[in-house]
Amino acid sequence: MSIEIKTAEIEPIRQTYGHTRRRFGDKPATRYQEASFDIQPTENFHYRPMFDERHELYDPGYTALKMEDWYAFSDPRQFYYGAWVGARAKFQESTETSFAFFEKRHLGGQLSDEARRLVTECLLPLRHVELGANMNNVGIASTAYGTTLSQAHMFHGMDRLAVAQYLSRIGLLIDDSPGVLLGEAKQLWMDDPDWQGVRRYVEDTLVLEDWAELSVAQNLVLDGLLYPFVQETLDARLMDAGGGQLAMLTDFMGEWFKDGSRFIDALMKTLAAESDENRGLLAQWVSGWRERAVAALQPVAAKAGVTLDDALSILDERLAKLGLLETH
Amino acid sequence: MNAKTSKRLNMKERYRIMTRDLDWEPSYQRYEDIFPQESFEGIKITDWSQWEDPFRLTMDNYWKFQAEKERKLYAIFDAVSQNNGQMKISDPRYLNAVKLFITAVTPLEYNAYKGYARVGRQFGGVGARIACQMQSIDELRHTQTQIHAMSHYNKYFGGMHDFPHMFDRVWYLSVPKSFFEDASTAGPFEFLTAISFSFEYVLTNLLFLPFMSGAAYNGDMNTVTFGFSAQSDEARHMTLGLEIIKFILEQHEDNVPIVQRWLDKWLWRGYRLLSIVGMMMDYMLPNKVMSWAEAWTMYYEEAGGALFKELERYGIRPPKYAEQTVTGKHHVSHQAWFIFYQYGHATAFNTWIPTAKEMDWLSEKYPDTFDRLYRPRFELLAEKAARGERFYNNTLPQLCQVCQIPLSITEPDDDTLLSHRDTVHEGERYHFCSDGCRDIFQHEPEKYVQAWLPVHQILQGNCGGADLEKVIGDYYRIEMGEDNLDFEGSAEQRRWNAWKQAV
Amino acid sequence: MSRVFIALQDNENARFIVEAVTEDNPSAEVKHSPAMVRIEADDRLTILRETVEEKLGRDWDTQELQVDLISLGGNVDEDDDSFTLYWNT
Repeated sequence: MSIEIKTAEIEPIRQTYGHTRRRFGDKPATRYQEASFDIQPTENFHYRPMFDERHELYDPGYTALKMEDWYAFSDPRQFYYGAWVGARAKFQESTETSFAFFEKRHLGGQLSDEARRLVTECLLPLRHVELGANMNNVGIASTAYGTTLSQAHMFHGMDRLAVAQYLSRIGLLIDDSPGVLLGEAKQLWMDDPDWQGVRRYVEDTLVLEDWAELSVAQNLVLDGLLYPFVQETLDARLMDAGGGQLAMLTDFMGEWFKDGSRFIDALMKTLAAESDENRGLLAQWVSGWRERAVAALQPVAAKAGVTLDDALSILDERLAKLGLLETH
Repeated sequence: MNAKTSKRLNMKERYRIMTRDLDWEPSYQRYEDIFPQESFEGIKITDWSQWEDPFRLTMDNYWKFQAEKERKLYAIFDAVSQNNGQMKISDPRYLNAVKLFITAVTPLEYNAYKGYARVGRQFGGVGARIACQMQSIDELRHTQTQIHAMSHYNKYFGGMHDFPHMFDRVWYLSVPKSFFEDASTAGPFEFLTAISFSFEYVLTNLLFLPFMSGAAYNGDMNTVTFGFSAQSDEARHMTLGLEIIKFILEQHEDNVPIVQRWLDKWLWRGYRLLSIVGMMMDYMLPNKVMSWAEAWTMYYEEAGGALFKELERYGIRPPKYAEQTVTGKHHVSHQAWFIFYQYGHATAFNTWIPTAKEMDWLSEKYPDTFDRLYRPRFELLAEKAARGERFYNNTLPQLCQVCQIPLSITEPDDDTLLSHRDTVHEGERYHFCSDGCRDIFQHEPEKYVQAWLPVHQILQGNCGGADLEKVIGDYYRIEMGEDNLDFEGSAEQRRWNAWKQAV
Repeated sequence: MSRVFIALQDNENARFIVEAVTEDNPSAEVKHSPAMVRIEADDRLTILRETVEEKLGRDWDTQELQVDLISLGGNVDEDDDSFTLYWNT
């Protein structure tokens, strides 16, 4: 058509933004590239933060790790806001379908007492762990240097709030009087000796100042042990106890964990590949937090009448693949 | 049966269980180590559970609504770039407002993202924390949708190509940069008072509503779409702003004077920042929406008036110097455009003398000031330009130590006299544009002496030497003859005319 | 007396909401500008879920309002059945 012939003469004068061109070359860029790389202010900051005068407003010194280029990290999922929210809405839609089905068929009412007890004692307290994970990741987003690192943690943090809220909904769904089981689970979280190791672990991470160590302690180690434990071991145990239908409600956690692990693995690989110093620090953090995570979760596993063995070997395999498992 | 009972929970109970109840009182670490920023500003919070959640959004609904908004938005972006949508714009001069937007406003959205992430971690109350977190990701959304909205225009027009770099370096962009960094480096309560309340609740309508209607009037589909889409988040943010102020004031009477001082400071700082928006509305939009003075009356004096009346019962009075904004509204846009016009060789956008028709519009909208003070000036400059002597000012202006605007704004009660204040701090003299800015300095001199003032930095040789052309070209990355200078005879104008022939 | 207001994107959804609001708040004033519709009232403005559902002919969640909302002025009180803006003065 005539319009096409005419518009052919309107030629662009450049392909993308200057900072995007300098990094990726003079060609049209992806939406992830344009929205994520080199957009954070880097210099000429006006005032020192009143809450922390040792640092600039945006400062690579919030971790002991060093990188030549903090934008070396790229999210394998290429999540900028729109891509993330779209992926999550889709994921949520399928989770809603499961929850709706579970509710409609009154599957909660058919649970054995043992299964309900297991969920209350071993699954529901995890919503508080998830709130800790939310705070930790949002905190990382605020201090980590560069947009690719920061935003990926931010999305991760909001995901954790969602997990905490879905766990709460599980508690409501299987409860005859909504809120009672969640209340019991919170009591356990606060007072039950079997849960205190996990609560202490979470509270200790809430005061960590080095965001990279925090990401290791939370996202790599604790989650790396906890999620396989829930997905593999606890699920099987629930099945034996007459609560197989619950897998419908916890399935999303496995899906989410798979997705999140792609980001965390890429992050750890990038940070470790930079230098031996980085790798050494990461491995040292892994080793300390791994030991603590195992000790913390052991009593919870015992409470469920299972062990951590399978979950631990999944974690160790992953750590070995990342080259971060120190063998003593 | 289970299903029914769980359904019976209403929105408030459901929100309480799914958000408030997730929190617990720590015992292995001290509260003040987990939330180390909560107390140093002197704000007293006795009971976070009194916090009223403005919108009880849980993540499931958040994702659902936001994904719907994003789908609609990106469909428009795609359509615009697939159909040479830039050619629908009313007049190529309009694009200069967009250039100013991406260099001055988009980086603020990013700072807001980071700032709300910090507060979204630092507040001890889970309800307020999560409201801030949602605002944080919304602000990231605004940053990124703006970058994507302008991405297509950047391919056809100058001045947008290095916006993050320019934000950190270019002289006039230190005005928005220092404004936001002032808030970001403050404690969490001041940050929220500054951004959520003073900026979002009181002033943001002035930025977004006229800007977006302006975009609609001038054929800029991308901007109007992202703008209104962003505003749908903004309504949530504004409510957070009002709730946080009420909450702080209700928590303890000792909080009242602290908040009052913040309100005084941040209204003044916001007002100065928005001079740039005033100039954009009155001078940069070829098809006008409303004048800056009209917008100020409608959105500050009327809407803000209702708001401050509401806050009276807490012992809050309207912000100090608010009356100066009311007389100033007849002047700021003209004075600001005059600054940019004379330094048009150092701007990442084109400048121009308003057309005769535009000057008539200005006379009509500013009957008391335009013909008396500003028209003669612009007509003289137009004559000079017609003789081939387009005026560029090669001297460097004195900047205000606080707002960083060149000292070229007039006295509140004498519009023929430049307003200039100063003060001596530790043996050094500091200069200000107004009483408002000097007050701000005097309350926290140790903060404002740190300011990175672009003119001082050039004179100290920190911007690539003494040669101004090098500062502009190399240090700022403003491409000489491409991004800057008068619109008349510009590369932008030539290309546009050629493209128009092609369409 | 102070004015509360709500501004919505001027689209298909908003049409029905505006219709519902004006029915429930007879003194409300509706102002149209490009791409935007603004509803104002003295001191108080309430949007009732039931009325909106009647106009839309489908279920409507008060939180859906957020999709089309542009700006507002006033304290917000929202629950399952209504969305209210008000000033205390």
